[in-house]
Amino acid sequence: MNNKIKIVLVIIIFAGGWILGSNNNTAPVITSSMGGASYSGGYQPEAQAAVQAEGAVALRTEQGQIHLVKDGDSIQAAVEAAQPGDTIQVMPGIYSETVYIDKDDIHLLGVIQEGKRATMDGLGKLNDAILYSGNNVVIENFRITKYKGNGIMGQAGNNFEIRNNVIVDTGIYGIFPQLGTNGLVEHNVVSGIEDAAIYIGMSDNIHVAYNEVFDSVAGIEIENSRHAIVEHNNAHNNTGGILAFVTPGLPIKTTEDVIIRNNFVLNNNTPNFGAPGSIVSGIPAGTGILVMAADDVIIEGNIISGNKTAGIIVNDHSFATTITMDVESDPNSDRTMILDNVMLNNGYDTIAEVKAVALTELHTGLVDIVHVGSSEGSCIVNRHRYRAVGIGNYGDCDFTNTDSIDNYLVAGGADRRVIHPSERGEIAYLGVCTGCHSYTGRLIGPSVQVIQAMYAGNPEALVEYINAPVKKRDNFPPMPAQNYLDAETQMAVATYMLALEK
Amino acid sequence: MMAGANRANALRTRFLFWLVLLLSPYSSASGFDLNDQCPPSFALSSDNQCQLRNLYQLYDSLQGQGLGGLKTALPHHRDGFSPQQIDLGRLLFFDPVLSGNKDLSCANCHNPAKGFSDGMARSVGASGQLHPRSAPTLWNSAFLKSLLWDARADSLEQQALGPLFSELEMANTPEQLMANLNQVDAYPELFTQAFPNSEDAMVIANITTALTAFQSSLISLNSPYDRYAHGDSKALNPEQLEGLNVFRSFVARCSQCHTPPLFTNQQVAVIGTPEPEGMPRDIGAQATFGAERLRGGFKVPTLRNIALTAPYMHSGRFATLREATEFYTKGRGHAVPEGEELLLHWHISEPNLTPSELDRLVDFMGALSDESFMPEIPQQVPSGLLH
Repeated sequence: MNNKIKIVLVIIIFAGGWILGSNNNTAPVITSSMGGASYSGGYQPEAQAAVQAEGAVALRTEQGQIHLVKDGDSIQAAVEAAQPGDTIQVMPGIYSETVYIDKDDIHLLGVIQEGKRATMDGLGKLNDAILYSGNNVVIENFRITKYKGNGIMGQAGNNFEIRNNVIVDTGIYGIFPQLGTNGLVEHNVVSGIEDAAIYIGMSDNIHVAYNEVFDSVAGIEIENSRHAIVEHNNAHNNTGGILAFVTPGLPIKTTEDVIIRNNFVLNNNTPNFGAPGSIVSGIPAGTGILVMAADDVIIEGNIISGNKTAGIIVNDHSFATTITMDVESDPNSDRTMILDNVMLNNGYDTIAEVKAVALTELHTGLVDIVHVGSSEGSCIVNRHRYRAVGIGNYGDCDFTNTDSIDNYLVAGGADRRVIHPSERGEIAYLGVCTGCHSYTGRLIGPSVQVIQAMYAGNPEALVEYINAPVKKRDNFPPMPAQNYLDAETQMAVATYMLALEK
Repeated sequence: MMAGANRANALRTRFLFWLVLLLSPYSSASGFDLNDQCPPSFALSSDNQCQLRNLYQLYDSLQGQGLGGLKTALPHHRDGFSPQQIDLGRLLFFDPVLSGNKDLSCANCHNPAKGFSDGMARSVGASGQLHPRSAPTLWNSAFLKSLLWDARADSLEQQALGPLFSELEMANTPEQLMANLNQVDAYPELFTQAFPNSEDAMVIANITTALTAFQSSLISLNSPYDRYAHGDSKALNPEQLEGLNVFRSFVARCSQCHTPPLFTNQQVAVIGTPEPEGMPRDIGAQATFGAERLRGGFKVPTLRNIALTAPYMHSGRFATLREATEFYTKGRGHAVPEGEELLLHWHISEPNLTPSELDRLVDFMGALSDESFMPEIPQQVPSGLLH
């Protein structure tokens, strides 16, 4: 370092010490988190006050069939045999297969006998253990290991519960629900994951609780998602413990309204072993909680200890040099709210970038909290407790706790779109039938008028025909079965077609 | 085999049907009259607008963005054009009078028989110029929020101006285009039919509106995959089903960008495909957004009807779907030349897919084909220039 700069720095440090020292006689204002105002800015508080959801999947009023899968059987065969409302029970044993659930309301339950679990073993060759796209899916009690991709992955299924699973040394993500609304991920033990042990991607109304995540690059990740609560988890010995952020370049652009509370975030100092180019490969080892470009994140009541880079890092996209540019993505972390947390021994061996920020505030030594980049509306309670840098523009929060919010789950499940039967009939008629049938005259199949003459007043018979058509006319091609439409849609389209007037 | 023969039969029947319709005495004095009915899949509203109907309207999607799994709604779409505007757009689309030398119609590069693409690695313009990019399909363009490989057009209307006036494509000028159209007897009357409220109906803005109306009527949502998605577990054969599971697995990660139900997430991605021999790197979306991080980035294309639109990638470097698929398993950045700095997309990884998994992916993409709403292809256009 240039000598002149050194001298200037020494002067600044002395001056700073004198100014800080002069404040030492003022007693700090201590705000009690007991009994103070509670957070009121989150997901629909009025609706929640009326009905707090117990879980993400409504309790069944009647139990469907139970399909028993024994060691040596195929779980997938049972899924195929199951109807919505059924339960599949998988006995202890080794199952090496990919299970996919493309139907609604299936409960897939491992049976634990004297500690022995139904184990899905990908043998280092299979891609994912369990994929689901249906709504109201419950997955419990499995042990999953040695898959190349994900342990449990959801694609757009709403109302899901993933609990009590043990996922060990499995590919990219342990548990990864994506593009779903209303889900509960609890009591899972996930370790040895190359990206995130639990990754909530592009989802809404999520509850992640009572999980143990360790020996992974990221413990729990809330990405491009809204209305999520992460509580009572133990995230230890990962590269980063708990993350809430926006990845630019994804089609859903925001992360908002995330509460991270009452977790253990301990010793997340594992060297980063993420794949080159992956978003998490840029996380410095020793990160407790990371907030990047996410808005309205509350951090409350956590024990954050022994994370060598920092306890809490809040930053914006400009801090991350390896991610893409997205004009639709707001790069800043706005309204970060840090309430009371227990923070011990964080930042004891931090990175150059954090040191540089600390130096601008003449801060040396441990770092509990570091905020880099611009931010609006952020606040903190009892700021004097923390070794913090970059939080000069944080105000004092006007609330001290989130006690008014149990969870952000949707009571009774995410609503399904309500479609009037006539609308349903029109959708199916125009969306499918008009490829081959016109009202008058022959297209590929006979005209609607001809069909009306045959089935007048008898939509049931028309439903029967479209489900399993038989060739009726020599010079017409056979009609493909329309059995992919559900019974409600079949009846709606038959009724609609018979009533058409032009 | 049977299915193929039936399909050929069905297409032949359909062709005959349209031929009969064309020859029937419904045309006006000019020989052209615009259809007053909407194309299949559209409902005619009381104010003469065609409104799209499809089975995905039975479902919802997260944040209304039209991305997800099997039973997920589609993204926002364009519709609400009149039957006459759609039909005028169809005639214009096939009419070479739109190009500067009256030699090239939209359909030359967006040929319905080739998935509304042209079967060439890179397209060829009106006077034989070789374009640096490949012609994309037009199927389902109603659902796209940005157009062109480098995402530089925000609407179909804006997009249409590109090829019309590009030196490399139809090489027309606004003045020449209007002069060409004015020489065709039928057009002024057809424009008046399609735009009855316009004082001066035959203008550039109405040309692009009509082309937009026609293109947003090209709907392909009834493939075997769609029947599987709506609920027929037998609609995909075992190979296609296996391919679906590789496609959506987090090893291949195809569905992370080619996200159902449109099979694109409409984002820009830098994947680092090789350019044809001797062609410099196409910087793509870097130019559109002025962002170095998007160098070599292109819009993720839909995979619907992808089996019909070889060759593949923005400059057509891969002749077959198998080769295009194999690109993704040959290693992150394997085709990026030395000295070229590209910020590759995070899902470009090292999936180590087996040859059989690649085959199954190709099988699955074959299940995304559907041409059941193929529009009527005019046997003649108002200019009489169709040949």
